[in-house]
Amino acid sequence: MPEITVIEAVRAALREEMERDPTVFMLGEDIGKRGGVFLATDGLIEQFGEERVIDTPLAEASIGGIALGAAVNGMRPVAEIEFADFIWPAVNQIIGEAARVRYGTHGRRTAPLVLRVPYGGGVRGGLFHSQSIEVAFAHQPGLKVVAPATPYDAKGLLKSAIRDDDPVIFLEHKRTYRLVKGDVPDGEYTVPIGVAEVKRAGSDVTVVSYGLVLHYCLEAAATLAEEGIDVEVVDLRTLRPLDTDTVLASVRKTSKAMIVHEDTKAGGIGGEIAAVIAEYAFEDLDAPVMRVAGPEVPAMPFSPLLEAEFMPSPEKIAAAIRKLAAY
Amino acid sequence: MTDADLLEMYRTMVLSRTLDQRIWQMNRQGRAAIVASAQGHEAAQVGAIRALDPERDRFYIYYRELTTMLALGITPLELLLGFLAKDGEPLSGARQFPLHGAIDRSRRDIVSFSNVVATQLLQAVGVALADKMRGEKRVTVAYFGDGASSMGETHEAMNFASIHHLPVIFFCENNKYATSVPLSRQMNIESIAARADGYGMPGIEIDGFDPVAVYEAVGAAAIRALSGDGPTLVEAVVERFLPHTSDDDDTRYRPPEELEDIRKFDPIPAMEKLLRSSGALDDALDDEIKGSAQKIVNQATEDAENAPFPEPHDFYEQVYAPGSPGDQS
Ligand SMILES: Cc1ncc(C[n+]2csc(CCOP(=O)(O)OP(=O)(O)O)c2C)c(N)n1
Ligand SMILES: [Mg+2]
Repeated sequence: MPEITVIEAVRAALREEMERDPTVFMLGEDIGKRGGVFLATDGLIEQFGEERVIDTPLAEASIGGIALGAAVNGMRPVAEIEFADFIWPAVNQIIGEAARVRYGTHGRRTAPLVLRVPYGGGVRGGLFHSQSIEVAFAHQPGLKVVAPATPYDAKGLLKSAIRDDDPVIFLEHKRTYRLVKGDVPDGEYTVPIGVAEVKRAGSDVTVVSYGLVLHYCLEAAATLAEEGIDVEVVDLRTLRPLDTDTVLASVRKTSKAMIVHEDTKAGGIGGEIAAVIAEYAFEDLDAPVMRVAGPEVPAMPFSPLLEAEFMPSPEKIAAAIRKLAAY
Repeated sequence: MTDADLLEMYRTMVLSRTLDQRIWQMNRQGRAAIVASAQGHEAAQVGAIRALDPERDRFYIYYRELTTMLALGITPLELLLGFLAKDGEPLSGARQFPLHGAIDRSRRDIVSFSNVVATQLLQAVGVALADKMRGEKRVTVAYFGDGASSMGETHEAMNFASIHHLPVIFFCENNKYATSVPLSRQMNIESIAARADGYGMPGIEIDGFDPVAVYEAVGAAAIRALSGDGPTLVEAVVERFLPHTSDDDDTRYRPPEELEDIRKFDPIPAMEKLLRSSGALDDALDDEIKGSAQKIVNQATEDAENAPFPEPHDFYEQVYAPGSPGDQS
């Protein structure tokens, strides 16, 4: 099994799906000759031509709306939003329209589109190249929201997203693109949407996470193992629909739960997970559910010490787990 | 256009007006929750459809398209079921406002996903892009009002469609009001069609009271679209005879003289006069056309009134694909 990066996994999934299905095409800013600002689409215009790899004008509403129209009319568009921070003009078409197409037409039309969205911070991106935007979309029934952390999951989930008959927001954490490497089999495989995975088994504390900071949780777990704290790390992978079964099974085993995400704490996914645990596993708990998450400031600052203050880190996570384990 | 064509359009306009008046009346009686009337837009809508192929083409309508729906073969009963939010309504299972949702594709490609103005323009462009990619020769018509022309998405849609020479007709029904805001407060130009220039496509402004002029303009736009030359902006200037919707009171913002003025010319009696003068219409035929419209609408009213409201038995369905993650059905 070759070891590849997340960005290579994304690119491989795109290429293979374009080869497999002629209705798959891509649109977005600078995705043609430039290959995308992160090179996710590098080489694809050469292979598939400018008819199927469409450089759009700099207009995000059109990327969302045109992808939606094409999806409703039998195609499987994969649109790229250059940075999550620029997705807001497309929200009208994605949350407002695409999410409601199946319901609002009583099933007469569907919108099998994928919106690939590089998101997240820790990349010196400042206020407008670091945003976590997942809750806005994960709140909306009708959408599916996927946030892989590893190359294996990124490739397998992107393939599932492209084959899915509903609109999927596919979140790619920018910092994982080249930082995170992993084994990916040569052959064809997919990873199912809506299924979380225990990335590290443990018996003392459950830590639920996704995206970049999932790796920080795994680092913290490795550190704590040496201290005799056995941490189980659950990777949500899909943020809507949530795989609450996997989360609850883990919590029932460990009796202690923590949620870690980079997104702001109040109103984040962690609140929903904590509520699900309180609702269905209250009697299994030996401690309050805890959260490590982004602080209550509007966005991630640019300067390195300020950025570090915002980001969860393996150290911050380990410190919080120690407290929870000792409770 | 033959006399038969003109008569056919006249018949649809009369039916639309009769149905529209009935729905408005039912709203005033508390039986229909909300209505956006097409009165004043009938000639423009019927003329446009006459130039298109209901089987071949795709229609991204907005809420004021009662005549368009009739001209495309949706029945008065189906439309009334929608206005009363009854079972059997053909667009959304009565989940949506009247005229919103989608008709079964096997029958007609008529779509109106939402109430949010101008969203349909970008969607229509995406639809046309898909047709072009597959080499299918079809026209997609995006209907919108003068108000919707101010939305940023309208700009994005026209720009993209023109870049890619997509087979789209942007059909603007300019009734000179966006709810209460007159054209002079919406734009500092006289003609919406003039904007087409800025996108590198033809724009044509026509009298939307003249169905033949609309037919010709839309026909030319369809030929251009089908030959791969790209989109056209067609602006049909019309009047909105009634308030914006049944919840609106136009006397708050339209002076009495204006309200009187706009009704001095009505495209339906004008059509009647034209047909009578050419000898295509006499008293007997006109009585038949108006009488049958009245009969059809009466019967549809009775049937729609007797239809049940949909039960919430499939309330949780069609959120996600059947059997897919998140599906609750
Ligand atoms: C984006 C958006 N903003 C506001 C509204 C509320 N609204 C509904 S119709 C309308 C006026 C639309 O005017 P126009 O496009 O000229 O169409 P008309 O009703 O005159 O046919 C407004 C403001 C809306 N539906 N969508
Ligand atoms: Mg108007």
